[in-house]
Amino acid sequence: MLRLENVTAHYGTIQALKGVSINVNEGEIVTVIGANGAGKTTLLKTICGLVSATSGKVYFYDMDITNLPTSDIVAAGIVMVPEGRRIFPRMTVLENLQLGGYLNRNKSETKANMERVFELFPILKDRLHQIAGTLSGGEQQMLAIGRALMSRPKLLLLDEPSMGLAPKIVLSIFDIIRQINREGTTILLVEQNAHMALSTAHKAYVLETGRILMEDTAEKLLHNEQVRKAYLGEA
Amino acid sequence: MNSYYVQILTVTGINIILAVSLNLVTGFTGQLSLCHATFMGIGAYTATLAALKLGIPFAVALILGAISAALFGFIIGVPTLRLKGDYLAIATLGFGEIMKNILLNLEITGGPMGLRGIPKVTNVYVVYLCVTLVIFSLNRIMHSRVGKSFIAIREDELAAEAMGINTANFKILAFVLGAFYAGLAGGLYAFFFRYINPNNFGFMKSIEILSMVVLGGLGNTYGALLGAAIITVLPEFLRSVSPVIAQYRMVFYGILLVAMMIWRPQGIMGENKVMKRRGQAA
Repeated sequence: MLRLENVTAHYGTIQALKGVSINVNEGEIVTVIGANGAGKTTLLKTICGLVSATSGKVYFYDMDITNLPTSDIVAAGIVMVPEGRRIFPRMTVLENLQLGGYLNRNKSETKANMERVFELFPILKDRLHQIAGTLSGGEQQMLAIGRALMSRPKLLLLDEPSMGLAPKIVLSIFDIIRQINREGTTILLVEQNAHMALSTAHKAYVLETGRILMEDTAEKLLHNEQVRKAYLGEA
Repeated sequence: MNSYYVQILTVTGINIILAVSLNLVTGFTGQLSLCHATFMGIGAYTATLAALKLGIPFAVALILGAISAALFGFIIGVPTLRLKGDYLAIATLGFGEIMKNILLNLEITGGPMGLRGIPKVTNVYVVYLCVTLVIFSLNRIMHSRVGKSFIAIREDELAAEAMGINTANFKILAFVLGAFYAGLAGGLYAFFFRYINPNNFGFMKSIEILSMVVLGGLGNTYGALLGAAIITVLPEFLRSVSPVIAQYRMVFYGILLVAMMIWRPQGIMGENKVMKRRGQAA
C-alpha cells in the first residue's frame, strides 16, 4: 500500500533520513520505533509532503506521491496526526473536526464521518462546543485523531500519540488505534514508547540516526535482545 | 453638518477600510505585516495617475488602484510569506521602505513634491458606501471555507497544512485581499485630500493602522472598525481640549497601546466569535 524506496531528507545541511525503505501493507499496523532524533517525525512528514525528500521515492498503491503537495496527499488518502497533537486551540471541537474534513465538500459525507468519530470518541460529542485548548491532554489527542479521521484516510500516520499522556490514557488511546485499524484503516505509527508500539503493531522497524536498523514482526522485535536493551530499558 | 466634522468622518471611513483589511492579514491569518500603508500608497498613486494622466473615470481609477496594490501584494507576498513572525515583519518593512524610495525618486510620481491638483471626487457618502462593501465582503469571506482556512493558519500552520489546507496559497490570498482593500482606501484618500506625497504612506502610517487593529481587537472586524474610529477621532477631540496634547498624539498612541497590552491584551472587543456561533448553528 505504502512503499518507501531509499528515501533521504535534509533539514538544511543536516541529513535526517539516510536512505529509508519501508513497506506498509493494507490493513496492517506498522510501527517505527527509535530514540529522539532518529528521524521518525521527519519520516512521517516526508511521506505526507510536509518535508521534501531529497532523493528516493514514495509510492502509495502504485502512484508516485514523492514530494506532492500535502493537500494532494491528503486527498489521496494519507493523513498525519502531528506530534504534540497540534489541535487548533482557540476553535471549538466542532470547528476542529470541520477543518479535518476540509477537503471533502460533500456535507452528508462530512456528517457521516463526524458520526463515526463520535462513535470512537463519545467524549468529543459531549464537548462539541468547548474551546479545544481547554480539553485535557488525552481529550486533545482524541480530537487530533478524530480530526484526522474526518478526511476518511486509507492510511493514518500517527506521530507519538502517547506523548505527554498518563499511562492509563495511553492504554485507552492505543485501544482506539487498534479499533480504528480493525475498522479498516491502515496505520503507520511512530513511537518512543517502544513497548506500547510493539505490543500494538503487526510489523515494526527500528530507526536509528536516519537509517533502518531492523525490520521484523512486532512480536519478534518485542523479544529481540538488542531491542530489549536499547528500547525497552531492560538489562 | 460642519465641514470639519464631515472631514473627520470621511477620514475615519478611510481608516476603517485600512484597519479591517489589515485585520484580515494580521488578525485573522496571523501574518504580521508592516507595509499596509505602502499598499495604500500604491493604490493612491495608481488611481491618481490613471485619472490625471490617462483621464480614466474616477470609479475605474479607484478600482485600478486597488488592483495594482493587490498585484504588488502578490509580488511581495510570494517570496516573503515563507517567512514567519518577526522575519515576515522585517521583510514587509523593507518592502515599504523600497516602495517609498521609488515613489520619492520617480519623475511620474512627482518625487518628494508628490502629486497635486487631484480632483476632489471622494465624499463622505462614497467612502461609507465603500466601507459597507468592504465589511460585507470581508464577512462573506470569513464565513466561507477560505475564512476558516485563514484562521486555521493563524491557529497552527503545520496542523492546517497537515489537514490538506494549502497554507502558502491562502497566506498569499490574505495578503493580496488585504492589499486590494488598502489600495482602494488609498485611492479614496487621494481623491479626498487632492494632494499626495510619499510620506503620507510611510512606516508611521502602517504602524498607525496596526495600532487601530490591536486596539480594537485582533481578529475582530468590528473591533478594527472601532479602533480606527477611536484613533482617528480621539486626537481631533484632544486637539480641541489642548493643542499641546494634539502635538504629542504619537506619544499618546504609544501610551494607549502599552496600557492596552497590560490591561486588555485581546483589544477592546476581543476576538470575534463568528466561527463559534456558526459552529453551534450547524
